[in-house]
Formats: sequence, structure tokens, C-alpha cells
Amino acid sequence: MRTTTFTRTRIVSLVVLAAIFVVLALLPTFYHGYWITEITDILRYAVLTVGWVIFSGPTGYMSLATAAFFGLGFYIAAVFNGPLPFVLVIIISGAIAFIVAMLVGALTLRLRGVYFAIFTFALVLLVNSVVLEVERLVTGTRGRFVEQESTNVAYWAMLIVFAFTLVCAVAIRRSRYGLALQSIGEYEEAAAHSGINVVRTKVLIFATSAFFMGMAGAIIATRRSYIDPGIAFNMNTSFLPVLMAMFGGMGNLVGPVVGAAVFTYLGDYLLSHIPDLFMLIFGVVLILAILFMPNGIIGLAQQAWRKIRGGGGKQLESEPEGGRRAPAGR
Amino acid sequence: MVAVRDIIITGLLLGGVFALVSVGLSLEYGVARVLNVAHGEFIMLGAFLTFWLFSSVNLNPLVSILVSGVFIFVIGWFLHSTLFRRLMDSSPSLEVFEGQSMLASFGLLYVVQNIARLIWGSQTHQVLFLSRTVTGAQIPLNRLVSLGVVIVIGGAFYFFLARTRMGKAIRASAQDPTTAGLMGVNIHTVLAICFGLGLAMAGIAGTLISTVYAIQTNMGLQYTVIAMIVVVLGGLGSISGAMIGGVILGIVSQLVTYFQPTMTFIAYYAIFIVLLLVRPKGIMGK
Amino acid sequence: MHLLEGEQVTKHFGGLAAVADVDFYVDEGEILGLIGPNGAGKTTLFNLISAALSPTHGKISYKGREITGLAPHQICRLGIARTFQTVKIFPHVPVVRNVMVGSLFGTGRRTSEGEALKKAEAALDFVDLTPLRDVPAGDLTLANQKRLEVARALATDPHLLLLDELMAGLTHTEITEAMGDIGQIRGRGITVIMIEHVMHAIMGTCDRIIVLDHGRKIAEGTPAEIAVNQQVIECYLGQDTSGDEEDAGS
Repeated sequence: MRTTTFTRTRIVSLVVLAAIFVVLALLPTFYHGYWITEITDILRYAVLTVGWVIFSGPTGYMSLATAAFFGLGFYIAAVFNGPLPFVLVIIISGAIAFIVAMLVGALTLRLRGVYFAIFTFALVLLVNSVVLEVERLVTGTRGRFVEQESTNVAYWAMLIVFAFTLVCAVAIRRSRYGLALQSIGEYEEAAAHSGINVVRTKVLIFATSAFFMGMAGAIIATRRSYIDPGIAFNMNTSFLPVLMAMFGGMGNLVGPVVGAAVFTYLGDYLLSHIPDLFMLIFGVVLILAILFMPNGIIGLAQQAWRKIRGGGGKQLESEPEGGRRAPAGR
Repeated sequence: MVAVRDIIITGLLLGGVFALVSVGLSLEYGVARVLNVAHGEFIMLGAFLTFWLFSSVNLNPLVSILVSGVFIFVIGWFLHSTLFRRLMDSSPSLEVFEGQSMLASFGLLYVVQNIARLIWGSQTHQVLFLSRTVTGAQIPLNRLVSLGVVIVIGGAFYFFLARTRMGKAIRASAQDPTTAGLMGVNIHTVLAICFGLGLAMAGIAGTLISTVYAIQTNMGLQYTVIAMIVVVLGGLGSISGAMIGGVILGIVSQLVTYFQPTMTFIAYYAIFIVLLLVRPKGIMGK
Repeated sequence: MHLLEGEQVTKHFGGLAAVADVDFYVDEGEILGLIGPNGAGKTTLFNLISAALSPTHGKISYKGREITGLAPHQICRLGIARTFQTVKIFPHVPVVRNVMVGSLFGTGRRTSEGEALKKAEAALDFVDLTPLRDVPAGDLTLANQKRLEVARALATDPHLLLLDELMAGLTHTEITEAMGDIGQIRGRGITVIMIEHVMHAIMGTCDRIIVLDHGRKIAEGTPAEIAVNQQVIECYLGQDTSGDEEDAGS
């Protein structure tokens, strides 16, 4: 729907993107080593971050439920991988995350932004306790062994899910839903009175974003041998995508992916070199990032670029829209 | 009958602590507009300060209340005057500020929790203080003392809000920051004091918690979630609502724990959902 | 059958009746004015019609069908569009896409994006905003933002348009233009209900006027009848006129 006239730029970027995907897809055929695992991890966070941005970016509803949907997928893989084929497990995980998100969304997306943030924040702990309780009653265990997949299979699966997430995210942005979500984010009441079914739109897109999160969870679970609810529903999984999106910038989809890549790599690097100080440094970086680059890396780069070109240039994509909401109260 | 009495008394004690924690968060969010995800970390900090003073110089936890209260107040005041004030000035609207400050508080969560972990490690600690039970009841003395402290602090705070100049300024700012600013209230000072007070409440609650329960450096988040639930329960920004909500949640918590401890959180959440759907503005919400 | 009809429409806020037992109707092709002092319940009545609020009791029907209990987007798709007393636009979205929200979602039919764009452009043309089509809506002047709201409402293909204080805050020239616009809107076969404080505008534009005070309907009639109605005069005289009705009575 974006009536961009930069068709050449667009073709070039599409070719570059396709090339990157081909190289990534072929990587395990000639390379075996650390980077396969590392890229899987980067792609995991890229899926979570892009998934989060699909809904929370334009609407400004800050969801902290990522860990709940990721954890569901994670847990479902632990239960079903082996008895069921891996592909099916991934799809089921996505589908269950989708359904749970529909229910949660239908209950909570009528509420104002802050309530929603709090509600989703607590949701992770709720799902965690429900799973614990179910396990206690049904199996009497605390954790589970997982049927593992090989490094390469997990890598490819994550790459496919990532490509799928990215394509869907672009498609949603360009579709009528993109405009609907943005208008909901900017003035929900006006959006409703202009004919947008705000509740349905929000619930549907919220659930769609959960679908990707669930799939990512299912894949990551198969890289572990043993899991328990505490591992599956780690609160950091909710926080990190928000930070990565903030860090990368939400004006377009490159930002979240770059944010995820930079953060994940730095995180893993710090974690392996100075494990004790990792989270501390992480927190400090986060605070500094919010203070000094509220539009993220990409926003900063765009700003610099505009300065170099002498200003006056039109912004390529839309302006940063994250978190910018007009009051939705009545 | 004994069971019922115990549930009510322990529930009240726990409820008092929840109320303190929630009033703190209510000050931070309702007045200063910071949905402080790191709130629980300052509970942890209060608890560990108490533990540290108790185990190193054998300082009475009741004295620690003062120490952790003042120390954490200063931290809060400092944080608001630097970090949050700056964010407030750079944010184009209140909504943007709320989002940004919440994210900054994630950063705080990591910073505080990890500094604490570097100092005190990740094992469980406990302050053994007045753990003998009072004759005739199965209630340990430390819980009764805690309840007393909560009541005193609650009363003092109420008096502060209702009677003092600063208290009135805080209430005015909670209602309408712009007008309060016009009426000659120095809004930044008031907000910094509110934020400091909010954190101090968390710190004091931490001190009390440390005398009753085992403490760990990762204990903060669960209290943050409880405080958020209580604050929504009582109505965002309503101090009295936070108090009532805290007590209700404390009693419910004890009731559920009596029957099935693992269900406690599920029960909180159920109350939360029902209340949000039935009365989204909270018990005392306007 | 009236186009829109309300029976005993009532809305309580706590113990306070913002709108009490108001009967009203509007006929196809009419311009109905809604006046009254501040707090009389005019905007609340609009909110009830457009389903921003649901009535405590009473019933509202549109084209003979009861519409109480529907959601705002359903009301819009049925053909009732509105503007707001304080403008509610999408500030970071370009002007033309603001209007496209209306033409894409509000018409009640599945509209293709090309068609929606054409309709949006036509609506922009009608309110003379075509030169500003690619500007973020937040950068427009107040007068233009109000025009934008009208364009967005018109893009939903309404049969009934609710205009809430379209002229408040506009200059004299802009008011004259707005009056012309309303005439043209009627010319397109759209029925209009307008809330307005600018007396000469409402007297010059409306076919019929309803006067609300403290949530109750105190008078109804042609502009000429209302102008001499004793109760209305008292109600306006008894009220402090220093409010926001800059232009009242001029």
C-alpha cells in the first residue's frame, strides 16, 4: 500500500535480502561450528522482537507476555517432540500460543494501555504456575526431558520461521491492518468511530504475533535436554524483545532485527567472558540507550544520514511510532 | 476455628506488608508516573541491608527500618532527579514518558539485582529475629511486630498526606500536575520526593519481610507483580485503594495457601481478571 | 419513519443524569441543531448515538432499526459518522491516509485500497485539503484538522453526519466557509445534526433546533421559534456567558 517510488532501491534491497537468506540457508553445508548456534540464537530473538513489534509497535500497547507464548511453545515441544514430528510440533506450538493469545487478548485488550502492560506482565507468572500445577497433578513431576534435534535442524527451522515472520510482518504493515493498527495506536477512539473494529483487530494481530513466538519457543526447546517451567517461562524473554526493539528502533523492520542481532551477540559475548557482570552491564546500557537514543540505532543512523545529506530529505520509512499514543481514555 | 483465626491474623500481617509495598508503587506510578518494574528490587535491597547490618554489627531490624528507609529514599530521590526527570523533559507526551520510564526501570531492575547478587550471592538468607511464638497463639512474635510497624507507618503516612504542606502538594500533583505546578508547587521536587517515598516504602517492607521470610537476591519480581495487581485492584493512583487492596490480597493469599500453596498466584490472577472485567477502575478508582 | 429517532434516552453518570428522558428525531435531508449551555448533555447525546457510551435506558433507532447496544464501528458502518469536539485525528499519519481510514473501514462494504484512496482524495478535495495530502495530520492548523475530521467522516459514505462544535475556535471567515460546507454536505443528500455555540451560524444553517439544559430537552422548533422562546432566553441569560461561547449572539 505504501506508494514508494524508490523502485530501484527496493529491487536492490530485495536482491540483497534474498542473497543473505541463501547464504544463511547454505551455511551449515560448508561450515560447522560456533556460529550456527549463535545465529540460531540471534534468529530466535529476531523472531521474538519482530513478532513483538508487529503488534506493540504501531499500537503502543506494551505487551510483556512474550515469555508466556514463547514458554508455551517451549513446553509443548518438550511434551510432544518425539511422539510427533518436529514440523508438526512447531505448528502446534504456534497454534496454541495463538489461541491462548486470542483468549487473553479478548479479555484484556479492551483495557487501557497500562492495565494491559501489567496484565501481560503477570500473565507470564500465571502460565508458569498453571503449568507447574498441571504437571504436579497430572505427572507429579517438576520438569521434563526433551527429545533433541540436531544443531543444523534447529538452525534451519529457525531460519524458516524467521523468514516467515518477516514476510508476515511486512505483509501486515502494508495491508489494511497496518493502517488500522497505526490509527488505533494514535487515537483509538477516533479509529473506532471511523469504522475500525478495534477489539477484533487488536486481538487478531496480538494472537498472530504470539503465533511466531510460540514457534520460536518450540525450536529452542529442542536444543536442551531437560526443561522445567522456570526455564520455559523466564521473564527475561519478555523484557529482551522490548529492549531490542527500542534499541534498534521501531520505525521500520530493519531496526528490530538489527537490535536483536547486536543485543544477542553482545549478550552472548559478555555472558561467556564476564558472566558475573553481564546483566549489570546490560542494565546500564539499557538505561543509557533510553536516555540518549530514544529512537534507537536506526533512528540515530537516519538522523546522522539526514545531517550528512544536509537535511531536507524525506524520511524513507515512516517516523518512529513506538510508544506514541494519544490518550485512549474517555 | 483456630485455623480460621490463624488465616485471618497471618493474612492481615501479610496484607499489611503488601499494602506498604503497594502504596509505594502507587506513589511511584500514581503521582510520579513511573510504572516501576524495579520496585521489588528495592524490597530486596531493604531486606538485604537489614540482613547485612544484622549479621555484621548485629543491628536490631527495627533500627534498620530507619536505615533502609532513609538510604533507599535518597536513592529514589536521586534516581528521579537525574534519570526520570531527564526522561520527563525529553518526552513529547505523558504516554511516551510512561513507556520510556517503564523501560528505564527494567534497566534499574537488572542493575540493582545484579549489584546485590555480586555482593550477597544468590543463596538464601534469613534474619532470625523474634521468631519465638507468643503464648496462646501460633503466631510468631516477629509477625506481630511487623504488623505493628505497618500500622504505625501507614498512620504516619496518612497524617503526612493529610496534614503537612508537602502531603497536600503531593495530593494536588496526583490530581493534576499542571495546575499544581501553576499553584506554585515545585513539581519536580514533589515528584522526586514521591518517588523517593515510594522506594522507601518498598525498602521498609523489605526490612519487615526479612524478619519473617527467607530472602534471596531474586525475590523482587514476585513482589513487583503482587504490588501491580494490588494497585490495579485498588485503583491506579489511589493510596487508600492500595492499602485496602493489599490487605484483601494478603488474606486471600493466606486462605489459598492454607488449602493449596501452589495455587496462590493463580488465585491472585483470578481476582485480578475478575476485577478488571467487572470494575476496571479498581475498588477506589474514580 | 424518521431517519434517526431516540425515545426516552437517558444517561446517568453516577447519580447525575447527563441526559434525561430526551425524545428526538431527525428526518432525511434535514439539518438539526443541538444547542444548550455547557454541560447540557449535547456531546453526551452524540456519544450515545455514536455508541461511545451506552444509554442507561431508552432506545435509539436508525432507519427503523434499533441501534442501541451496537459498537462504535458498527454505527459508523451503518452510515452514522461523527466529528469530535476536541479534534481526534491520527497525528503522525499523512492527511490522505487519515481519510483513508474512513473510506477503507467505515463504509460497511469491502472496499479495495485503490477505491478507498480515490474516495479519500475526493473527500479531501471537498474540504480543500488536497495540497496538504502528504503532510502528517498533526502539523495542520486547528481549522484544517477540523476539515480533516469532516473529510474522514465523509469518506465513510454517511447518511447522517454528527458535527460536534465544528466552528468553535475558528475565525469569522472560517465560520462562514464552514457554514457553506454544511450546506454543500446537505446538497449531497447527507442529513446533519450539529452541536454549535456560534449562534448566528446555527440560526442561519439549521432547519430545526433542539435546546438541552441540564440533560433535558427544554425547547424544540424552527430557528425563528427558538429565538423568541422565553425558556431558552432565560436559560441563556441565567447562565454565565463568559464561557467559551466567544461568538454567542453576535
